[in-house]
Amino acid sequence: MQTPSLRLTDVRLPLAAFHLQVNATLHGRVTALFGSSGAGKTTLIEIVAGLRQPACGRVQLNARTLADSATGAWVPPEHRRVGYVPQEGSLFPHLSVRANVLYGQRARQRGAARVAAPKFTLESVVETLEITPLLDRPGVNSLSSGERQRVALARALLADPEILLLDEPLAGLDAPLKARVLPYLARVRDEFAVPMLYVSHAPDEVMALCDDVLVLERGRVLAQGAPRDLFVPAREPRYVLKTAAS
Amino acid sequence: MTAEDWQIIGFTLWAAALGTLLILPPGAALAWLLARRSWPGKALVETLVALPLVLPPVATGLILLKLLGRRGPVGGFLEKFCGLEIVFTWRAVVIATAVMSFPLFVRAARVAFEEVPVRLEQVARTLGRSRAQVFLSITLPLAARGLTGGAVLAFARALGEFGATVMVAGNIPGKTATIALSIYSLVQLGQDDAALRLLAVSVVIAGAALWAAETWLGRRKKKADPLAPLPHG
Repeated sequence: MQTPSLRLTDVRLPLAAFHLQVNATLHGRVTALFGSSGAGKTTLIEIVAGLRQPACGRVQLNARTLADSATGAWVPPEHRRVGYVPQEGSLFPHLSVRANVLYGQRARQRGAARVAAPKFTLESVVETLEITPLLDRPGVNSLSSGERQRVALARALLADPEILLLDEPLAGLDAPLKARVLPYLARVRDEFAVPMLYVSHAPDEVMALCDDVLVLERGRVLAQGAPRDLFVPAREPRYVLKTAAS
Repeated sequence: MTAEDWQIIGFTLWAAALGTLLILPPGAALAWLLARRSWPGKALVETLVALPLVLPPVATGLILLKLLGRRGPVGGFLEKFCGLEIVFTWRAVVIATAVMSFPLFVRAARVAFEEVPVRLEQVARTLGRSRAQVFLSITLPLAARGLTGGAVLAFARALGEFGATVMVAGNIPGKTATIALSIYSLVQLGQDDAALRLLAVSVVIAGAALWAAETWLGRRKKKADPLAPLPHG
């Protein structure tokens, strides 16, 4: 597994209800951004993706500086090599399933964001995510919620990202469907060795997938550590934050 | 139908089509800027663009006449440096129809761009596509229905343009006379039968344009409706 290093140095952004202010180095294979709704998780992931510009601070991914207010450095989203999967999947409704999956790969094969030797092939990705039979569908409207998320994940992987940014990918799914999709995320983690930043407010998902957790509350880092150190077993949900249990 | 009728019909269709084609690129660009960007002077531009919708068409025609006339700033320049005469020529008909149709197209195109989810454009950027590539591969195809609807509306408006055209192009038979202008002058001359023939042609052309647009748009909607409910499971 590639060792990820996502460093957020004094990243600040004023929001409507609070000021986001994060200072952290994320070093898990799968790091959870955990917190209640409106804690600033999605904003932080958008800052990493280059979809929002922080008021100040520095964002570094591995050896690259993606944004730095001190020097004015700013890498636009198309050159960041991040695989962003929003909550609703956001598949392109006018393209076929295959064209959706290949959208990022085609971009990486041409132009400025070119990658010499992509890590993943279409075959390996679609087989792992079990979406091969879906590829010939003419549109994405007939896909179920779980299929949509897997197609979105395949699309992000084929763009050859250095990190996957998953914004509550299971939030729209009911419990049985969630249980069916979660193993695919674990497979991506284990077979493709792409580090992930995984936004969630579900402790069960964090315990099942992540090895590092950053807890956000009203834009501030409340805690960071291994899931087993931050969560304690509970009846329903099966895990809760230690601070909430005590 | 007389040869003169056919000439009028052909000229009207040609001038309306050319006027509509001319406004598509600048209209789409302005609509995108209005839908997606904040910039100083935006409210002023919005007002100026909408002005022909609320001004009496003859007033817009008068403004065009003053601008495009031989002594006007634009008309004088074009005549002096390019040798182009504008007023009372076919060019004035095309310009008048374009100006009058422009706000209709911009309004429709703006709504079309606003309806494209920004999130899709953002995702496309993170997948390695530049702004221009995202516009061509995501924004434009998803706004195509609205843009086409706006273009048809603009074309229909151009076909029936009267007030601005009569001011800036006159009503010169065989040169600048359009269906709308000819119907008016034929009624004035008491030639109601000839006017009714052109009226029937107007109804057929406008109806055909709207029917074609509805059919095409309806098919596109069935093919890809981003708002269709998701199946579950």
